[in-house]
Amino acid sequence: MLNNTVALLGDGAPPAVGDYESIATTVVGAGGSATITFSGIPSTYKHLQVRILAQNGNANKNLSMQFNSDTATNYSRHLLYGTGASALAAADATVANADAYISPSGGFGAAIIDILDYANTNKYKTTRALGGYDANGSGWITLASGSWRSTSAITSISFSNFGSNFAQYSSFALYGVK
Amino acid sequence: MPKTYEPIATTTLGSSQTTVTFSSVSGSYTDLVLVASFSLANSVYQPILRFNSDTGSNYSATALSGNGSSAVSSRHTNQNGIYVNPGAGTGSTLAQPLIWICNIMNYANTTTYKTAVNRFNNAGNIVNAEVGLWRNTAAITTVSLTAESGSGDFQSGSTFTLYGILAA
Repeated sequence: MLNNTVALLGDGAPPAVGDYESIATTVVGAGGSATITFSGIPSTYKHLQVRILAQNGNANKNLSMQFNSDTATNYSRHLLYGTGASALAAADATVANADAYISPSGGFGAAIIDILDYANTNKYKTTRALGGYDANGSGWITLASGSWRSTSAITSISFSNFGSNFAQYSSFALYGVK
Repeated sequence: MPKTYEPIATTTLGSSQTTVTFSSVSGSYTDLVLVASFSLANSVYQPILRFNSDTGSNYSATALSGNGSSAVSSRHTNQNGIYVNPGAGTGSTLAQPLIWICNIMNYANTTTYKTAVNRFNNAGNIVNAEVGLWRNTAAITTVSLTAESGSGDFQSGSTFTLYGILAA
């Protein structure tokens, strides 16, 4: 399994001028990737947004998100989700990752994740996510809010999917909002 | 160099209209975002999102809705477009428009089916989140919104803007 780490310095792509800027993008190649990491995130933006179109390599539709390599149970989350048959809610007070949903193997799902005030050293970090997948007879749609109980500025974001690879052509794009 | 997030085209209706179409969409962006603020004479009927003029049964969606008293989830398979449930209101006005934001992800790639994640708001009676699928690997070059028959069409003053987001 491969770990893809995208360094933000010297990637050769200057950001576009404006209040919403592309910071880095990675597209998974042949063979898949176990983890996607954006590192060296500058603190010059106000908020971050991650836009994802991805597929897990197994039946799991969860997308795990962690900050600054923190793998401890410093996260919490609330979910409102629809299965196509039922509207449900879930919450976890002390977990090891924030969460969104993409797609299990066989299709691609999307997630748009906002990380608000990510560089503020006086606040815990709050995330919100809209995501899900549809496979013409199955699927999930999810609204999620998350918290990372740390006042550290976020300098890295890692995505993984609980023991499987992200499939080829999965894409992760990080944007900064001024 | 194009901006990262920029408007591609915008339309404000001068009279009621059944369909709003953005055609010849450049493939140079990564995602598209369609922002619509509109009214329907009868919002019981659903606006319909379609790509590349495809009216075949090549669309599906999974939705989550709340109407102020209950939350439900629904599924639509083998549809002729991505529909959104506008709620059971009797109509809307531009003073309180319906808002639909559609994120069309990696629209220009020719490898995967196309996924759109959408939020719909009708302050009168519903909030909705939805993920839709167009089972086609073709790059999207046309995006259209159609008012379902019986809805009274999109009313004059409704606005529709298509944005492009460019990833590094």
